[in-house]
Amino acid sequence: MEWEAPSNTTPMPTYSIMNANNMIEDPTQITSDIPVEDVLTWYKNMLTVNIMDGIMYDAQRHGRVSFYMVSAGEEAIMVGSAAALAKKDVITCQYREHGVFLQRGFELKDFMSQLAANCNDPGKGRNMPVHYTGREKVGVHAVASTLGTQIPHAVGAGYALKMEALDSTVEPGVAVAYFGEGAASEGDFHGALNMAAMIQSPVIFCCRNNGYAISTPASEQYRGDGIASRGAGYGIEALRVDGTDIFAVYEATKAARRKALEDGGRPILLEFMSYRISHHSTSDDSTAYRGHNEVSYWNSAQRNPISRLRQWLEAKNAWSEELDVQTRAQIRKDVIRELSLAEKEKKPALKEIFTDVYAELTEEVESQRQELREIMQKYPAEYDINQHKGGLGGL
Amino acid sequence: MTLCRPFPRSLRSIDGLAAQFRRAYATQVSTASTRRLNVPIDFGATALLHHHRSSLATAPEIPSDGPSSRLNLCQSVNSALRTALSSSEKVLCFGEDVAFGGVFRCTLGLQEEFGKERVFNTPLTEQGIVGVAIGAAAEGMKPVVEIQFADYVFPAFDQIVNEACKFRYREGTSGGNAGGLVIRTPCGGVGHGALYHTQSPEALFCHVPGVRVVMPRSPSQAKGLLLSAIMDCQDPVIFMEPKILYRAAVEEVPDQAFTLPLGKAEIVKPGNDLTIVSYGRPLYTCLAAIEAAEKDLSGLRVELIDLRTIYPWDRQTILDSVKRTGRAIVVHESMVNFGVGAEIAATIQEHSFFSMKAPTKRIAGWTTHTGLAYEKYILPDVTRIYDGILKSMEY
Repeated sequence: MEWEAPSNTTPMPTYSIMNANNMIEDPTQITSDIPVEDVLTWYKNMLTVNIMDGIMYDAQRHGRVSFYMVSAGEEAIMVGSAAALAKKDVITCQYREHGVFLQRGFELKDFMSQLAANCNDPGKGRNMPVHYTGREKVGVHAVASTLGTQIPHAVGAGYALKMEALDSTVEPGVAVAYFGEGAASEGDFHGALNMAAMIQSPVIFCCRNNGYAISTPASEQYRGDGIASRGAGYGIEALRVDGTDIFAVYEATKAARRKALEDGGRPILLEFMSYRISHHSTSDDSTAYRGHNEVSYWNSAQRNPISRLRQWLEAKNAWSEELDVQTRAQIRKDVIRELSLAEKEKKPALKEIFTDVYAELTEEVESQRQELREIMQKYPAEYDINQHKGGLGGL
Repeated sequence: MTLCRPFPRSLRSIDGLAAQFRRAYATQVSTASTRRLNVPIDFGATALLHHHRSSLATAPEIPSDGPSSRLNLCQSVNSALRTALSSSEKVLCFGEDVAFGGVFRCTLGLQEEFGKERVFNTPLTEQGIVGVAIGAAAEGMKPVVEIQFADYVFPAFDQIVNEACKFRYREGTSGGNAGGLVIRTPCGGVGHGALYHTQSPEALFCHVPGVRVVMPRSPSQAKGLLLSAIMDCQDPVIFMEPKILYRAAVEEVPDQAFTLPLGKAEIVKPGNDLTIVSYGRPLYTCLAAIEAAEKDLSGLRVELIDLRTIYPWDRQTILDSVKRTGRAIVVHESMVNFGVGAEIAATIQEHSFFSMKAPTKRIAGWTTHTGLAYEKYILPDVTRIYDGILKSMEY
């Protein structure tokens, strides 16, 4: 018997482009000329996410928002991967992908409207903060808190894109699912990857392995060789990538997209290795389960994805300390301004309590709406009706 | 050495008792009995089916101009699927074993006719099937997926309740939705399905709003309702097919495509003394009980209503009926506790309290599981419904 023992196989290597000094030794690894302006945009987007995260974390502590999730440590994953995708690509994600939204065109006002659950939120104030609705603007399915459920959605979306492209005048697109290494333990991951391989859906599975699922370290999440090694089990090609190296993230995603469109479409698995510098969310204090040294190790200038790119930019004379200070200050001002503006807006109209469950309001729900209206008319002082657009008339 | 012994005398001599137990699960059963109520339903004679073309003309909303064919339920489902697949490239049909025709032959011939890209087998994963279908529906496809038995829908429950039901709601103004999704699933008792081939979980999908739950009673109803679900409905639909009717229910079905409205109940037999509300297979049991009761209580006229769409349901038709009759019974196969009957009874007492001459009775499965040896005692039978009618009239 020749048993296949996991200990016999070597762990999958991690693909990187930048070396330890954040220089690119082998320029042929960059497959096309990326203009420095684009890289600068990436850098500013990473800064924007990071600064917005910091401000919103504090805003939650001050009671200005109910909840927030910081994405520190994963800026290169979010921005770098999104930069390699096409506008028509359809994305499903978990909840720690703010940089994907930003890189694809979300503006500060879009973030703040959702965070403030105001009448400008396309999600109509229904979802918790950071659960953005970005379908129209950036092609991302609305974020749900359920873990892993988005993975098979991307498989189906990819299949729809594939069917659409059978009409050959249409440019083919891919679907992309982002998820953490913890979510990859869910049954939906298994169902999705197996089906994707069988129906040959052009989908890129992007796992953000940031080392933690709330308090559960990766060493308690799986015994195998991470998530990338699972690809083989499904017949799916996979690559492990240094998620703190934005060039590696970008090139890997670009290659994955090209591969996913080969032979009429097929799934590809990417595992981006990084570290969750932040707490899981504002409801979490990670000092309860991990040491300060571990966090500062990954937040150091040599490992933090933002400072890694900054070193590269400064070595190219495309950036400076002075520019950094200025830019950060400007971003800070912009974020605070947009947050304050968003807070002043009204909440969505009260009728949005009931709409969009079905395409049309049912008779039953119409009578419930009427019942609520009568209660609010009878006891106006008991409700903050005027916080909502249109007041009682908006119900 | 033991020789083959002749068939033991003792067994051969047990006549009457053995005759009952032999062939207890055979399709053709001869009943030499004194039973009046609990006799097998004669599907060949029941007034609920269109045995002749001419009766189609009396059926509301079913076209009677044009040819018709004698089809059973799985043939009419097949016909509807064929029509849907022909009429739009966006219609897909996938699930376990659908390629060869499906375990109930509802998808017979579809892969040959429409190709492997649109009609295909999936791996064994209900959560994968429904998750992928949601993603495809979100991108404009119309996936009609099959869950092989309603008893196996539960791995997909998260995708249905947390994703399909909430998809449009969380997408808000983006208009994103999973309305193209139809989940078809055989449900209900057949006499030997026991614990895991008998369930009718419709109540579970009625509690979290966002999907429509439909159950046809006959081949002609199935064709119209299924086409409506696939082609017109903007909401995800769970289409539950009473599997005992797949072969048992045979009737004239128009050859042409036609739709029947969702969300509308149908009065299949008008009356003024008592309202019975039901759906699916129990309607046949109800009609048999009504016929017996009307024979025994002269002048009695019972109104029988088929919900057709279980949720969102046609409250108005039921409330109008009980306003006239003042007495109501709800009949369904699945357990009485927290079932569809509870919602109907609560609605009746809330809106028609003073019109009622008797309490609303629910005649349904007992609060237990459908053990093989006990199915016929658990699922509502003609005797229980007959007795319920008498008790209601005597109240």
